[in-house]
Amino acid sequence: MTIRIDNLTKRFGEFAAVDNVSFEIADGELVALLGPSGGGKSTILRIIAGLEDADAGYVELGGERVDHLHARLRQVGFVFQHYALFKHMTVGENIAFGLKVQGVERAEQRRRVNELLGLVGLKGLDGRFPHQLSGGQRQRVALARALAPQPRVLLLDEPFGAVDAKVREELRRWLRRLHDELHATTLFVTHDQEEAFSVADRVLIINKGRLEQQGTPLEILDEPATEFVARFVGEVNTYDTVVHGGRALVGGLDVPVLHQQDNAAIRLVIRPYDIKLFRVETEGLATANRVLPIGDRVRVEATLHGGQPIVAQFPRRSSLLRGVEVGCRLGVEITHSRAYPVVQ
Amino acid sequence: MRIPWRLLLFVTVIGYLGALILVPISAIILRVADAGFATVLAQLGKSEALHAMKLTAILSTLAVVINGLFGIMAALVLVRQRFWGRKLLDTIVDLPLTVSPVMTGLAFLLIFGRAGWLEAPLEAANWKVTFAFPGLVIATLFVTLPFTLREVAGVLVEVGTTDEEAAVTLGASPWQTFWNVTLPNIKHGLACGVTLTLARALGEFGAVLILGGAISGKTQTATTFIYAATEERKEGAAFGMALLLAVVSMVVLGFLEWLKAPRKEN
Repeated sequence: MTIRIDNLTKRFGEFAAVDNVSFEIADGELVALLGPSGGGKSTILRIIAGLEDADAGYVELGGERVDHLHARLRQVGFVFQHYALFKHMTVGENIAFGLKVQGVERAEQRRRVNELLGLVGLKGLDGRFPHQLSGGQRQRVALARALAPQPRVLLLDEPFGAVDAKVREELRRWLRRLHDELHATTLFVTHDQEEAFSVADRVLIINKGRLEQQGTPLEILDEPATEFVARFVGEVNTYDTVVHGGRALVGGLDVPVLHQQDNAAIRLVIRPYDIKLFRVETEGLATANRVLPIGDRVRVEATLHGGQPIVAQFPRRSSLLRGVEVGCRLGVEITHSRAYPVVQ
Repeated sequence: MRIPWRLLLFVTVIGYLGALILVPISAIILRVADAGFATVLAQLGKSEALHAMKLTAILSTLAVVINGLFGIMAALVLVRQRFWGRKLLDTIVDLPLTVSPVMTGLAFLLIFGRAGWLEAPLEAANWKVTFAFPGLVIATLFVTLPFTLREVAGVLVEVGTTDEEAAVTLGASPWQTFWNVTLPNIKHGLACGVTLTLARALGEFGAVLILGGAISGKTQTATTFIYAATEERKEGAAFGMALLLAVVSMVVLGFLEWLKAPRKEN
């Protein structure tokens, strides 16, 4: 079922937690709300679920406005960051809760619980209590519980925030597979860009209560709409400079700049993997300061001949690294860059 | 010579506790033994003594039930709702802990007693509050007001609202949410609060004396019975009732300890 929010605004006192945000999510899509902590992502999710009221704007589920509907009638599956499992109930009772309160027959409850336990890979654990489960298992129970009453949409608030890195990786892949199987319209909140990009079909970047950009992971990585997005989704080199005849100078570097007016002050943003550094015996454009192997990659930190720092990254066995060592002179080539107007 | 600080500390604490708690309790037990258990039991079997016990039992039960229910409701309001004057109200509900029960009794006399604010309407309705059962109930309810409220409020703050929100998104009504989620979450706090309420109700003296008048066979409770018996030099009855109250209090205390004992959360 589709989700649409229109000009949503929510203030806590003076502070605008959500500031005029609109977006639409198609039926069956898996979408991430990505952004720094405290940026308003969770508040958006809570407003959609009816746990919080908006000050302005509205929410539509399946094309119908739901502002007048109480949270309990919205048929929204919600998974909380810290699971919020009922401690005094078994796994089976937790999953059956939504069915029980709606008066579903006991036999049907049991059938559905078993089906969901199979779906989330926890068969045979229905008699356990939440405190007897691992973090990853608890999260799966929370998801099964949310899915049990067959919600119209599924909302997950930092679903993997409370488990350790390895389990998180597993849960991400599992969530993606589960979604491919069920096609439930799903919106999840995360502050982890890797999580958003590895799980979601589409990513919405939220910062300071505003929607900065929406697009596929590739669009956001390669064409960040704002400097904030560029910085948020990975490490960047930034240089303040001025456009002359479609080109910008940074130290000895001459970089082509598209779509910017002549003499405009711009900030040039370049990702470490969009830079080629290679050893030269002549003058060159930079001097290497550090060469750091990090797992399967190597990070080279250098200084341009104007004094600005530049960071580049290469695959561990890249032929470009041949002869690159601290103090050597380097040639520099920029393969991809983006320019943003400097707001005064 | 090295001063054995640890030993000194230990002896001081044990000595102090012994002098203040163990010696008086032992004294009562010895006195009862001295008088002979059979005599004391016979004294407690008399109708005034039985009436006092029954009255204390009824008042304690009423306090537990009424202030138990009110405590849950008030805790929910004070913890979960935001309104003007909440802080003030939050302070006022603790008043019965700090105000002397005797003063409380006097204050209620000004309302219900002779020349009190409500004297005329109460007389018109032929309803006697002071020196009667309703006065005892009011006194007991007042002094036991904060216990359940405080214990439940503490737990409510600790458990937060996420569990309840989860229940609501799953389609639970307010009543279903309270019954299935909130109540199980606060049950330990509730049990502690009820136990403290019970202990306080059993031991209340000043307010029930002033408002109830301690009329033998009518408004005399277990504590005012002890007072009257001492005055009348009926020592066997006084010590017997005192021992009974001490035993009941210790059972209540034991139950409270058992509730507080850490155990596996399920």
